[in-house]
Amino acid sequence: MWACHDCDALQREVSLPSGGSARCWRCGALLCRACDDDDSAAVERTLALTLAAAVLFVVALAFPLVGLDMQGSHHSTTLGGAVATLWQQDSKLVATLVATTTMLLPSLELGAMLWLLLPLALGQRPAAGREVLRGLLAIRPWGMVEVFVLGVLVALVKLASIASVLPGVALWCFGGLIFLFAAAAASFDAHQTWHRLEVAR
Amino acid sequence: MTGGMAAAAPTAHRAGLLSCHVCGRLSRPAAAPMASQCPRCGTGLHRRRPASLLRTWAFLFAAAVLYVPANVLPVMRSSSLFGAQDDTIWSGIVYLWLEGSWFLAVLVFVASIVVPLAKLLVLGTLAASAQAKSTAAPLLRARAYRVIEFVGRWSMLDIYVVTLLVGLVQLQSVAAIEAGPGALAFGAVVVLTMFASLSFDPRLIWDPVDAQVDTPANPPADGRRA
Repeated sequence: MWACHDCDALQREVSLPSGGSARCWRCGALLCRACDDDDSAAVERTLALTLAAAVLFVVALAFPLVGLDMQGSHHSTTLGGAVATLWQQDSKLVATLVATTTMLLPSLELGAMLWLLLPLALGQRPAAGREVLRGLLAIRPWGMVEVFVLGVLVALVKLASIASVLPGVALWCFGGLIFLFAAAAASFDAHQTWHRLEVAR
Repeated sequence: MTGGMAAAAPTAHRAGLLSCHVCGRLSRPAAAPMASQCPRCGTGLHRRRPASLLRTWAFLFAAAVLYVPANVLPVMRSSSLFGAQDDTIWSGIVYLWLEGSWFLAVLVFVASIVVPLAKLLVLGTLAASAQAKSTAAPLLRARAYRVIEFVGRWSMLDIYVVTLLVGLVQLQSVAAIEAGPGALAFGAVVVLTMFASLSFDPRLIWDPVDAQVDTPANPPADGRRA
């Protein structure tokens, strides 16, 4: 039995069909998604999605996001480069905000998920599991990769009228990351993970 | 208000249980002098988030104050051979619209103007109605809160647009873009409204509804005030 996090109403545990989700009977809040019959398969699938997202994220940070041809000269920038330029212009707080929400926290989020999922997939208990999961849940609202990608698209449209714009490798990676991040986050159910941590020995 | 809700809804509070706000586990509160701790995840347990309304108001007030400079001050300053130009959030939207990018203009308008304003108004209404212990339309208010929580992050859009333009357009003497003071104010509004919605405890919407049916014949199990 557990209580709805949004309205405190007590809920009876029900068995869900695979792919189903449970909602609060009173306020309709999403409580949890269906646990697979085979829980280790669910862990492995989440791990695979998280690993793929991590690889893509590294590439996305390392390669140029966009290139610009303007009056004969070519300019390109990575996400880190754009943040560094902001910093040099004395917009240090804005630079920090951008670096935190698009680089630092998404990296920590992926790192924490791998930290928890790798041992769980091997049938072991992750070290400091509950602290890591608590940290992960706390930083989750602040990672904004998908918002950033939309921002890049808006910036490209604004620039397209004054220069020719060349989408870089990292842009495609970020595009793919939106879906991988969403898929990994959706299959990483906090409720189930707490349960797995309890069960794991 | 839902008229048919005469029967008392079973809640964790009425059952004398505390629900962990991190992992969701239900547990019995510790004996009086001890602080309760979740046996599963170790989080300190509270019946409701501590000082929820006070924190929500504080963040909302700060956000409302910064909302003015965020919209009035330039978020971006472009200089080229032909002179310098300041852009506010609004003039950036007008620029997109005149360029013919109507879809993006509407998108940025919603993300940068509508969402922050809606967050301030909706959260203000939620906090005020919870403070007044209103029992009106709890389901509607619960849904409004979930929508606000979901869309809040998308307001950061303009900050990322400015970041990328600054990073790309640096052609020394020919053209350069730098972030304006409005960008900092705008980023602060987004962060503060996110903190405000994270501070608000949506269960405060339902507490007055539950208290209404807590007659002497049907008291909460732990006997404390609702």
